[in-house]
Amino acid sequence: MRMSYREAIRQAMHEALTADPRVFLMGEDVGKYGGTYACSKGFLEEFGPERIRDTPLSELGFVGAGIGAALGGLRPIVEVMTVNFSLLALDQIVNTAAALRHMSGGQFSVPLVVRMSTGAGRQLAAQHSHSLEGWYAHIPGIKVLAPATIADARGMLAPALADPDPVVIFEHAQLYNLEGELGENVQCDIASAAVRREGAAVTLITYGGSLPKTLAAADELAGAGIDAEVVDLRVLRPLDTATLFASVKKTRRAVVVDEGWKSGSLAAEVMARIAEEAFFELDAPLKRVCSEEVPIPYARHMEEAALPQAPKIVAAVRELLGK
Amino acid sequence: MSVPPMIQPPPAGPVPWDKTFAKKLLADMLRIRRMEEKCAELYGEQKIRGFLHLYIGEEACAVGALHALAPDDNIVATYREHGHALVRGVSMNAIMAEMFGKAAGCSRGRGGSMHLFDAATRFYGGNAIVGGGLPLAVGLALADKLQGRQAVTACFFGEGAMAEGAFHEAMNLAALWHLPVLFCCENNLYAMGTALARSEAQTDLCAKASSYSVPTMKADGMDVVAVHEAARIAAQHVREGLGPFFLELQTFRFRAHSMFDPELYRDKAEVEAWKTRGPLHTFSARLKAEGKLTEEEFLALDAKANAEVQAAVDFAEAAPWEPIEDLLNDVHTPRAAS
Ligand SMILES: Cc1ncc(C[n+]2csc(CCOP(=O)(O)OP(=O)(O)O)c2C)c(N)n1
Repeated sequence: MRMSYREAIRQAMHEALTADPRVFLMGEDVGKYGGTYACSKGFLEEFGPERIRDTPLSELGFVGAGIGAALGGLRPIVEVMTVNFSLLALDQIVNTAAALRHMSGGQFSVPLVVRMSTGAGRQLAAQHSHSLEGWYAHIPGIKVLAPATIADARGMLAPALADPDPVVIFEHAQLYNLEGELGENVQCDIASAAVRREGAAVTLITYGGSLPKTLAAADELAGAGIDAEVVDLRVLRPLDTATLFASVKKTRRAVVVDEGWKSGSLAAEVMARIAEEAFFELDAPLKRVCSEEVPIPYARHMEEAALPQAPKIVAAVRELLGK
Repeated sequence: MSVPPMIQPPPAGPVPWDKTFAKKLLADMLRIRRMEEKCAELYGEQKIRGFLHLYIGEEACAVGALHALAPDDNIVATYREHGHALVRGVSMNAIMAEMFGKAAGCSRGRGGSMHLFDAATRFYGGNAIVGGGLPLAVGLALADKLQGRQAVTACFFGEGAMAEGAFHEAMNLAALWHLPVLFCCENNLYAMGTALARSEAQTDLCAKASSYSVPTMKADGMDVVAVHEAARIAAQHVREGLGPFFLELQTFRFRAHSMFDPELYRDKAEVEAWKTRGPLHTFSARLKAEGKLTEEEFLALDAKANAEVQAAVDFAEAAPWEPIEDLLNDVHTPRAAS
């Protein structure tokens, strides 16, 4: 069935709300407004205000309340409008949700799902364009997911809700209008990376909003006779390094594409893992294409220049291969 | 249960100002209105991109309040700040160029609609994190106080921001340290799609603010006279060193929250009812009734505003793009080599 990423997210939440009375959705403008990205359109009417809870602008408060509700036996889906505003809730996520299981000596688990949009590309300037998935992926105690396909948008929520620990799901804002085919089976795991395109010459490793750009780059490279493999991390924490190493072993070269800034990025972590554990599989130094180290500027040409783009990926691969 | 907001009769009554001052404030409201109407059009043409939050309907707030302030005062605003920047004295050319993303913009094209900044007029921006400007205002006021300056820091924010921790922390700090902050809440009843009564247990915003022992006042934010008179009293209190003041301006936005908002959360009828209280036509009608304004004078002010807008658009169109090589500029402050 053909559908949009937005609709896939909506269906996944609809299914969860229908299947399990403990599941509820809360966040800013999820109810009456229908969701900032219209992912919960119609839910308020269907499930009522007890389970579709509009919150005030109180990110720290309602994310924390989600943690408490999870402790108390519910299965909250907390929607934070964007990763930018999640910084106001970071304390609750890092100091409480992520740490509770461990610091209580294993007595309390937090089965919480936090969803948020992320990323740049719409000329929203510095405060609305962050891509901080890598920060979250730094934190032990949470799982971090980045659905980049219709299937993952549809499939990742159920296992996230079934997980006994906090799961943070990043939906890149540029993906909501993406359309694609959804198969019959909507089940998926939240443990593995996925090879999205097979190739032999180089491995392009990416996630989230950079996947379509990376696939476009791979297509262009194919036109030039360069056969690139594309690996979608899908799960940013814990990393499925086995899939990465297997691909690198085959292609002997890797370029990481990450919308985060280069310094301290998730790309840096992926490269370090490969360098630590698969160094001798490599025929060339590792490379990456990240955002330029600048707060994201408003002007269109500047924003485009600041972000990873297909031509930059192509150029990086060609440089690596010397072609 | 949400209670439908009560719509009061349009602002009326005598205007206690001379003709020149009254016309100045009317002219400023017109300048904002015409500029923003043009912005909406330019957004349709994709000349302006990103988020665009229009202030249409709320003009009396910025105009009334900012005319109660002095050049040495500091202004902190939100992403709905085109009007504040303009009335504060940022040129329309620089604002328009910013929205076009041109280097001639007041933030060199790096900020856009939500991040207008201007050091010369002490306009500390355009903050797009709800509540984000409030602690900043506290700090600016602290700097003034510690350095013996008698300035006021005016901080504008929406009622939605009052649910954020930043509001409460900032109010408490300002009150505790007796800082010269004028908190100006523009209560337009909706935070995106969330009506006040659906987000605040206490909908009397002045009652919330008073819990920090800060004096408060409400004013009709559709009435530039009421706003200005209240802001003068409030600013004077702050300037005299009596500590912070909280001013609630009760207003309404006539347009969608941003250009992406389908406005499913409110009735057209409510918006239409509020338009009868529109700050421009009610004020000009009062001035006309008092013989302080003729239709010809109104049309002349309007024509002047439109001409200023057209010139700003021409300026922005003609302005050059910043070269991409400059992308990494202004991440850190350049230091002279030592
Ligand atoms: C911390 C934070 N959370 C959410 C948002 C998204 N957002 C932008 S404006 C807005 C509504 C704010 O309403 P209000 O403060 O009343 O100001 P208004 O827009 O009505 O002028 C929301 C939810 C944001 N920018 N920052």
